[in-house]
Amino acid sequence: MTLTDFPSAIGRRALVIVAALGHFTAFFIDLLRNTPSGLRRFYLTILQVQAIGNRSLSIIAASGAAVGLVLALQGYNVLSRYGQAESLGVLVALSLVRELGPVLTALLFAGRAGTSLTAEIGLMKAGEQLAAMEMMAVDPRVRVLAPRFVAGIISMPLLGAIFSMVGVMAAYVVGVMMIGVDQGQFWSQMQDGVDVVKDVGNGVVKTVVFGIATTFIALYIGYESKATPEGVALATTQTVVVSSLSVLFLDFILTALMFSKP
Amino acid sequence: MGNDALVSIQGVTFGYDSRDILSDVSLEFTRGKVVAIMGSSGCGKTTLLRLIGGVMTPRAGRILFSGAQVDTGDRAALYALRRRMGMLFQFGALFTDLSVFENVAYPLREHTTLAESMIRDIVLMKLNAVGLRGAAALGIGEISGGMARRVALARAIALDPEIIMYDEPFTGLDPIALGITANLIRRLNDATGATSLIVSHDVHECFQICDYTYLLSGGRVVAHGTPQELQATEDPEVRQFIRGEPDGPVRFDYPAPPIAQDLGVAA
Amino acid sequence: MGKKQTETLVGAFVLLGMLAVLFLALKAANLASFSFGATYPLLARFDNVGGLKVGAPVKSAGVAVGRIASISFDNKTFQGLVTMDIERHYAFPTDTSAKILTAGLLGDQYLGLDPGGEDKNLQSGDTIKMAQSAVILENLIGQLLYSKAAESPSKEGTGKK
Repeated sequence: MTLTDFPSAIGRRALVIVAALGHFTAFFIDLLRNTPSGLRRFYLTILQVQAIGNRSLSIIAASGAAVGLVLALQGYNVLSRYGQAESLGVLVALSLVRELGPVLTALLFAGRAGTSLTAEIGLMKAGEQLAAMEMMAVDPRVRVLAPRFVAGIISMPLLGAIFSMVGVMAAYVVGVMMIGVDQGQFWSQMQDGVDVVKDVGNGVVKTVVFGIATTFIALYIGYESKATPEGVALATTQTVVVSSLSVLFLDFILTALMFSKP
Repeated sequence: MGNDALVSIQGVTFGYDSRDILSDVSLEFTRGKVVAIMGSSGCGKTTLLRLIGGVMTPRAGRILFSGAQVDTGDRAALYALRRRMGMLFQFGALFTDLSVFENVAYPLREHTTLAESMIRDIVLMKLNAVGLRGAAALGIGEISGGMARRVALARAIALDPEIIMYDEPFTGLDPIALGITANLIRRLNDATGATSLIVSHDVHECFQICDYTYLLSGGRVVAHGTPQELQATEDPEVRQFIRGEPDGPVRFDYPAPPIAQDLGVAA
Repeated sequence: MGKKQTETLVGAFVLLGMLAVLFLALKAANLASFSFGATYPLLARFDNVGGLKVGAPVKSAGVAVGRIASISFDNKTFQGLVTMDIERHYAFPTDTSAKILTAGLLGDQYLGLDPGGEDKNLQSGDTIKMAQSAVILENLIGQLLYSKAAESPSKEGTGKK
């Protein structure tokens, strides 16, 4: 490529990205419009909550416990140096509820539920099931996409809360029962320091936003994937990458909005 | 070919970017007849089915189904037309998370408000027509490819459509399954009075059951007529296809320099 | 999987999730001590409010009786004006004093109320007359150095070169 080709190549690429962004947005608005009719067969949504939510429960709970344990150990390490070991409870709780709970749950969700959604939709596309639905005058966006979208939005906040809860309990087991931090201080400092609306509430808001983002990205990538085995494989990796980056980016924006001092 | 055409394709051009898959093609499908659309791979046969079903929109020309234009952009009208069509996809395109019974019942549940007992009766009758009534409770993973296609056929005729479209129904079937499928297509067509459209390149099977044939090549209709007319044709391109001759207007050799040049032998 | 079974499992999942939110709200956060009860406002003026924050607790005898509602600057008296919401069932005599205290050595600051002995109580909107400002660390250190210097002027002299 000569030097003069470079700007036009960038320009073309930029146009492609802008067009893709437009298509992405149009798809999102379309999906939102179809969601009410998709909810008419509510049993479909329930099936999806079971597939996406229930089945993610074990990895979320296990990870929550692991993170809680590690937070307690590391937190105690640092706090005891300043004689503030009793603050372990509030340290763990705030870390989990504000940040680690929503973000880690979202990343795990994208990896476990997101990829399964993408693969499922991609394979349905490859097997012409979506085309068959269209030919039978059934809108796949209403019957296939909308229930999964709603299921993701329902599941994420629940999973996020479970992650944080298990994390706090695991930190209690390590901090109070094993290391010997004072039980009363553990809970009272936590209750003093964690605000229902500002911390727990904002954490829930984050999980809802992450749920919308990760579920939609997974559905979109699956729906637009190439209808071949390689296409589906590529799509699942794309889902993980794009979802994860989006979650981290959204977290930055949300944290700045919610937790910066006025 | 008169006003008894159920589907009319008039001067349709379709393609991607600069490449035209179909250039100004016109075909007509008479009610109650079995029509075959044949041609080598990539000639646009399957695209034609997609255009009739309104999945794709032509760049020029129009497609009429029972007098109504298919590609009007009105989704509700298109869905209404599609309910009168039945499509059999190449590998069945069955819903893998549903059983055989549920797959055939799907269009009934979606588009009718029939009682469960009625749906059950209809589904069993459709399965009976394709010879798979006993397989109703099986899952999709438990049936063979040939059986899957028959289930897909039962699903395609669940709402008694006016036109049944078959996308490569004979591909990859053993001789018995081939015979069964061809037989089914003809019998169903005659029994229900529907119109059948077969996209295939299996000349032998098609000629056995179809009433009329269109041959596509290079995005154009190069020949059409009854099987007898086509078998007697003098056109070399058509002859090559129908007789399956390895070399003719469609060359055997991919374009290349002379072999002596490639092997380095002085010419 | 039967329809009933699926619905039960999903219901259990949703229930567990809601329990988790409840746990976080009650056990981890301050929902239990969230007073939805009626409050009445009291005012106090300080020369220096220090690190007192809106939402900080108001305690008397170490027990939380209210919260700081707002902190503003009184341009006429050039003092900090603190408005606090006290729970309605707590009444304080008119000679109550207010002090800004620190929880622990380096912790958050809160407002402490020391009740007086008067019969009459402070009403809604009243101002607490006696207010002791926050202890500013820099002033404290300055005080310490000054008193140290005042104690031993001779040592200071020999110390210098």
